[in-house]
Amino acid sequence: MRYGDTLAVDGLSLEVARESITAVLGPNGAGKTTTLETCEGYRRPQQGSVRVLGLDPQRDRRDLLPRIGVMLQSGGAWSGVRAVEMLRHIASLHAHPLDVDMLVERLGLDSCGRTPYRRLSGGQQQRLALAMAVVGRPELVFVDEPTAGMDPQARRATWELLEELRADGVTIVLTTHYMDEAERLADTIHVIDHGRLIATGTPFDLTRGAGHSTIRLVVTEPFPAGAPESLQQALGPLTEVHAINDQSLLITGPADATTLATVSAWCEAHGVLPESLSLGQRTLEDVFLQLTGRELSA
Amino acid sequence: MSTSPVPSGTFTPRPGAAPFHKQVLAQTRMETRLLLRNGEQLLLALVIPVIVLVGGVLAAGRVGLDFPAGAVNTLTPGVLALAVMSTSFTSLAIATGFERRYGVLKRLGASPLPRSGLLLGKVGALLAVEVLQVVVIGVVALLLGWSPSPGLVGLLGGALVMLLGTAAFASLGLALAGALRAEATLAAANLVYLLLMAGGAVVIPSTSYGAVGPLLELLPSGALGNGLRAALMDGTLPVVPLLVLAAWAAVGTLLTSRTFKWE
Repeated sequence: MRYGDTLAVDGLSLEVARESITAVLGPNGAGKTTTLETCEGYRRPQQGSVRVLGLDPQRDRRDLLPRIGVMLQSGGAWSGVRAVEMLRHIASLHAHPLDVDMLVERLGLDSCGRTPYRRLSGGQQQRLALAMAVVGRPELVFVDEPTAGMDPQARRATWELLEELRADGVTIVLTTHYMDEAERLADTIHVIDHGRLIATGTPFDLTRGAGHSTIRLVVTEPFPAGAPESLQQALGPLTEVHAINDQSLLITGPADATTLATVSAWCEAHGVLPESLSLGQRTLEDVFLQLTGRELSA
Repeated sequence: MSTSPVPSGTFTPRPGAAPFHKQVLAQTRMETRLLLRNGEQLLLALVIPVIVLVGGVLAAGRVGLDFPAGAVNTLTPGVLALAVMSTSFTSLAIATGFERRYGVLKRLGASPLPRSGLLLGKVGALLAVEVLQVVVIGVVALLLGWSPSPGLVGLLGGALVMLLGTAAFASLGLALAGALRAEATLAAANLVYLLLMAGGAVVIPSTSYGAVGPLLELLPSGALGNGLRAALMDGTLPVVPLLVLAAWAAVGTLLTSRTFKWE
């Protein structure tokens, strides 16, 4: 997908299993929303093909739409409409909608049910958008950044709802740039950057694959030029060294005594003083950094 | 927020669109409620036409404006025309402009409601508001001494003029809303309304405008006003105004279908 001169999504190929939660993870501008909107039939791919529930989102739009639920990243309601009134309206367009009162209570929208949309908080608007996406009892739900800007309590309620949907056989595709969200919810994670798929797997595969762990080293002063490269040489090819900035390194590989000894010797040789040295499981954040050389967090 | 999970199976997929007529009815109800809830829209729909009617009838006596058929009998069809224009053009354009801005059209585009259903819902809401306008303006006019005797032909003619007028102005309003940003639509829709109200032969017959009168009859505003006056004052079927309005409806529909952007 190209917007003007910008290639938003490029040769992306991914599949989603039924009755699972799939997370499309990537930084802002990675092409997550474009990918989702192509599946929802809003955009026609310039190349390649999309099939959703076996249907072409553009050609078979009328057959597909009643079967999917869509949560937009923002907007989607009249500014003067009341929260519950909007939800009832969307429900009335469906044949067998969920019980609106149950959904309202479930997502904590009862306290703002009569509030006009424009006066809802960002988190309330998000929860309403999620309710609108699921009220028609869809087979498949697309949710774009479902918890962006939500307080922790609302986030938890949203996560629990998504997990219950999955347990009842709904397929969920969500985009997020939150690591913890992807790790907690997703059965499969697709990491995308610059419109390309750069990794796919379960959270376990991605973080604990190949017996990897991580060492984060922060030093008190910027290290000398060429220092990270010399550490990489000393550690050998089984280990990867990433300079996060000029005072911190991320070392991925077997965190054994030899590696630690090499790191200590390197500190001594370059006259740098460690401020913190932490060992840990590789996180999705580390995976992303390793794959792209950039931090994911927006 | 409830943390107690609902019974398992609550969310088991059971997708499906509601029957088309139910969707259209729901959309009509929703849009009518929203149109009537909005203060500015209500001002445009009811308050301004009633002020024009009452003010016009009172002023005509003072300044000695000469209406052979009487001020209230001449002005009432014109004010009904103004009411149709305000709802089907200005209100519709503004509401649709902001629906685009706030992603309402986008969101409804992902619902089971087809575009035809959305359009029918809008038409239904316009007609519902217009019925309300006709009742309110009619009652005020009767209180001011309006004594219409259109006969069956005139009533039919009047209804046809209002329907075609609604189609013409609604298609032009949608063309405006689908091409410009929401704020620009708001400004343009109000400006066009004011210009046509003052100089478009809506409220006052085109013959009162001197040499430009015949040209004004070709505007949708002039055709709507003259058509309603011919139907309600003379009891005739106003063929030329109906043809003019049909032509504008065709132009507006073509423009809208070519240029309308949903987002």
